[in-house]
Amino acid sequence: MELKEKLVSSFLAFENKGGLDLDSKTHAKRLQAIQNFEKEGFPTKKDEEWKYTSLKSILKKDLGLFPETDASIGFKDIKDYILNDIESYTLIFIDGVFNSFLSDTTHDDCDVCVLSSALTRPKYKMIVDNYFNTIAKDNNSLTELNTAFTKEGAFINIPKNTIVQKPIQILNFSTGKESEVMLQPRNLVVVGENSHVQIIERHQNLSKNTTLTNSVTEVFVHKRAIVDFYKIQDDTKNSSIIDSTFVSQKQQSVASVHTYSFGGKITRNNLEFYHEGEHITSNLNGISILHDKQHVDNHTLVDHKYPNCESHELYKGIYDDKSNGVFNGKVMVRQAAQKTNAFQQNNNILISDGATINAKPQLEIFADDVKCSHGCTIGQLDESALFYMQSRGIPKKEAKALLLFAFGNDVVEKIKIPQLKSRITKLIAKNLGVELGFEL
Amino acid sequence: MLEVKNLHASINDKEILRGINLDIKPGEVHAIMGPNGSGKSTLSAVIAGKEEYEVTEGSVILNGQDLEDLAPEERAHKGVFLSFQYPVEIPGVTVTNFIKTAINESRKAKGLEDLPAKDMLKLIREKADLLEIDRKFLSRSLNEGFSGGEKKRNEIFQMAMLEPKLAILDETDSGLDIDALKIVANGVNKLKSKDNAVLVITHYQRLLDYIVPDFVHVLYNGKIVKSGGKELALELEAKGYDWLK
Repeated sequence: MELKEKLVSSFLAFENKGGLDLDSKTHAKRLQAIQNFEKEGFPTKKDEEWKYTSLKSILKKDLGLFPETDASIGFKDIKDYILNDIESYTLIFIDGVFNSFLSDTTHDDCDVCVLSSALTRPKYKMIVDNYFNTIAKDNNSLTELNTAFTKEGAFINIPKNTIVQKPIQILNFSTGKESEVMLQPRNLVVVGENSHVQIIERHQNLSKNTTLTNSVTEVFVHKRAIVDFYKIQDDTKNSSIIDSTFVSQKQQSVASVHTYSFGGKITRNNLEFYHEGEHITSNLNGISILHDKQHVDNHTLVDHKYPNCESHELYKGIYDDKSNGVFNGKVMVRQAAQKTNAFQQNNNILISDGATINAKPQLEIFADDVKCSHGCTIGQLDESALFYMQSRGIPKKEAKALLLFAFGNDVVEKIKIPQLKSRITKLIAKNLGVELGFEL
Repeated sequence: MLEVKNLHASINDKEILRGINLDIKPGEVHAIMGPNGSGKSTLSAVIAGKEEYEVTEGSVILNGQDLEDLAPEERAHKGVFLSFQYPVEIPGVTVTNFIKTAINESRKAKGLEDLPAKDMLKLIREKADLLEIDRKFLSRSLNEGFSGGEKKRNEIFQMAMLEPKLAILDETDSGLDIDALKIVANGVNKLKSKDNAVLVITHYQRLLDYIVPDFVHVLYNGKIVKSGGKELALELEAKGYDWLK
């Protein structure tokens, strides 16, 4: 049976016993979602938005849809993937199931817990009802699929005027208890007025088995709130992810999403920002370092609807072997969005002849008093710089790494959590195959 | 120290060097002068090991060892230093981090441990002072946005840090005003000893007023057409190159 049919036919059974205990309104949302998915199916290369990314090789696998969790997983199995040198709240999911023993949640100054538990309390259920699937809806068939099968995920609710002192780490592990598995985590983040929160998200396969993750995150950023969202994508060669993250911003808020893509087989990031007020700042940063036949596709959208807002987008890519990169950056400036400042930059280095990058800046501007720019470069390593460094005694391999480090440095510089910065720097060094004698 | 024997080198099948002979002994300063396109920069690049150039005949021998099969970094580890005519800008890598990496890679090649951070810092300060380099300058990205003079001074600073046996200064005087020229020349002179040697490549005699050569060679069309003492430089300055062709 094809995966699509399998999904559609298991929906009823899922609704009856496996799904979240939602009210009839949400139930209707879900029914609509599965119908939409059934109609549209998985995207193929015929879709303009999926022209360069094919899911075919993964979809033909016999993916288990409702894996059982592996209860034997302990802290020692996962500790390498958590930032331990910093105090934080942690939400740990094993095969899609929340593990309260390994996690560190709170309801003190803010709420860091999971969707299933939020729905058991009327106070939080109201929040879920208000926000859930309001920006993700009707977006694409994969998001619909996630909505239909929503079962568990992070629920982060920051009341107004709250500076969350500790970052929140969301970690999704798959254990390989089932050989081939599809996971569909769903996160909801609501940040109140004047509040500030930092979130780190990571998906990690602990086995050599195939994992396909179809993750959806909705982030609501209220007036003057600040959100920093960091995504670490350093998964195994048999792991693929479709990460759809939607950010809705109210006036004077600042939201930043940083994506570090080093691992995985196929990684597709759909990152969309919607402006709902004036004087909003949106930051999108990403760096990809790919080898072998890895594939990373960054699809971004910033929808400028109101005047006096700005967006800053910086994506860098380093492609070796036969890896592929895709960058599609859409910036929409609607007629009312006068005095918009929108900047987009995408720089790529192809290290080997077999690597490819498809880059497409896409600016649609309907306002006449705006500053918008985009720059896209595709280049190779500067041979004269390499010779210069070698002539000073730095071996070619280290010289290359140093140049590539320097190339990616302005993305890394934007990390505001020092421990995370050092972790990302180490991951970059690992992926470039060198040890650096200093921190940049 | 350096013996260049009947050196022929070409790039993209075009022969640039057509049989060069040079013998540089420890403690000596040699100058190579010549018009544009005579092969001066090619000679320095070939000695430093730039891969684009193919040595078709002859050899370059440093302290008895043929350099032919050595990569540029290995030559550097053996004591060759090339000060570039056009130093490359490397955004994102500070002067300090760059030189630290270079020093420690060189030590690693010799089987030594990394230089302790404290000693490194002391050495950097000492050498920066020698070249009258502002401390703030050391935390800037290498050569990025440097003026011509700053770039050249930074080259000699690196030379001071690496303490090469053979320093090749390729057009180090170009882009320097007279004050910067004096500082750079003064730095080179202080680094000179009976154990190392300097090869100065230049268009003009100007630099040679400050770094006084023991021998001057004239390179023309890929060959050394005349050699002499330091007075040859003055003669060239007065008469130009035409009389040698």
